[in-house]
Amino acid sequence: MQRLLTLVLLALTAGPAWADPAADREAMRAFYEQRFPSIPVEAHADGAYAMDASKRAQWEEMEEFPPYEFTVDEGETLFSTPFADGTGYGDCFADDGAVKHTYPRFEGGEVVTLEMAINQCRQAHGEAALAWDSEELMALVAYMAYASRDEAIDIDVPTEAMAAYERGKQYYFSRRGQLNFSCSHCHMQISGMKLRAEVLSASVGHVTHWPTYRFKWQEVGPLHRRFVECNEQVGAEGLPYQSQSYRELEYFLTVMSDGLPMNGPASRK
Amino acid sequence: MMQRRKFLQAFGLASVALALPKIVFARAVEAFKANSVDDVLKNLLGDMAVEMSDQINFKIPDIAENGAVVPVTVSTDIAGVEKIYLLIDNNPTPLSAVFDIGPKIMADVSTRVKIGESSKARVVVRTADKAYMTEKEVKVTIGGCGG
Amino acid sequence: MASIKIRAKVKNGVASVKSLIPHPMETGTRRDADGNVVPAHYIETVVCEHNGEVVMTAEWGPSVSKDPYFAFKIADAKSGDTVRISWTDNLGESSANEVTLK
Repeated sequence: MQRLLTLVLLALTAGPAWADPAADREAMRAFYEQRFPSIPVEAHADGAYAMDASKRAQWEEMEEFPPYEFTVDEGETLFSTPFADGTGYGDCFADDGAVKHTYPRFEGGEVVTLEMAINQCRQAHGEAALAWDSEELMALVAYMAYASRDEAIDIDVPTEAMAAYERGKQYYFSRRGQLNFSCSHCHMQISGMKLRAEVLSASVGHVTHWPTYRFKWQEVGPLHRRFVECNEQVGAEGLPYQSQSYRELEYFLTVMSDGLPMNGPASRK
Repeated sequence: MMQRRKFLQAFGLASVALALPKIVFARAVEAFKANSVDDVLKNLLGDMAVEMSDQINFKIPDIAENGAVVPVTVSTDIAGVEKIYLLIDNNPTPLSAVFDIGPKIMADVSTRVKIGESSKARVVVRTADKAYMTEKEVKVTIGGCGG
Repeated sequence: MASIKIRAKVKNGVASVKSLIPHPMETGTRRDADGNVVPAHYIETVVCEHNGEVVMTAEWGPSVSKDPYFAFKIADAKSGDTVRISWTDNLGESSANEVTLK
């Protein structure tokens, strides 16, 4: 196990000149297939619920009539409400918003997340941008995630995006905080094991089910909110939502889940 | 029996208006305020004896994912069920919910409850003249890295 | 507040009704970010009607979860019947919604 991890890390930590996202993705998947031989790689889209039967049973009960439905409905109303100039989100996003599987993208020299694209759309049509932690933005993203369910993640990494992709990858493998852990420590090395009574999920499938209704938050929250929590839990300072590092981390993680079907929003503990 | 019919009649009228007048029906106000299981049961059942029963299906997780939202389902084939009571022993006020099972409703209800700390959870099912109970231990953890 | 969501299916004469009721269900013991106690605000009574007749009531305390889920089964139901769910809370607020069984 240790040797395999070392090989994977070597393959994955090569610099931009050697960057090969497809090879990285294969290496990461191979890692999880070896570590969890009885769990198909796509099943990790359900996170810890792919690993623990009793947790999964409770989660399935919640998903029967999940609490994020109110937020999705709100988002649908917002999505179909025209802007002051008579245009609407439908003029920026095809298929009634079923486009979340194609974000983040590399555009205009930077990683553009769906949240950024929403605000770009608003500003292009004379509307004020929404705050990154606003309920309205959350509802729109929740609705678009729901609309995009079952679509396979489809992310390109063009040559000009390689540096950003590499930075996202480096973030994932870099130690940080007082506990000096990297994402890979919990989510690769000891994935599936318990850390303080929590089962650690795999990084393949990490981004598919966001935004998430966390029972802990009693509301729907974005992926970057979870990044902040992870940072704080290793004794590091969280960054603001939509900061460059988080967007590039999200880009890397989404590339690692390329081909997996979207299954958000989801309820989580 | 008579009180119950009046109670339902009052509801029949009240359902036309949106607001339900508080004085028309007897809520189990005291039972909801009681802070011990004994007081809750005394208030709800009076002198009626409570018998442990294995005929009540009480579905609640052994280890709750999150104490704020614990899914619960209670069902039973015991005939003539009139009330289902749900108690969480270690909550500040143990009585969580009361279900008044009318004759046209099956004794099969589900909801989600808050459990503040690891606790025994109980269900009491009442017919016209008997009360039956079952219980389960529910562990609530405050999550570490995911918490 | 959003309206009560109701999903109901009839099978073999039994209607399985599932509902999700938007409501904060505050216990009155929680403190907000500024340290102030958030006042108790929770549903006290839920009434379920089938074709205009009250068939079930529920009394809740604040330990029922936020945005409560409530599922129950009506015996002897058929397509075209109406099911209505209404609630009142400890502050005197109320809401209701209704569906027609398919």
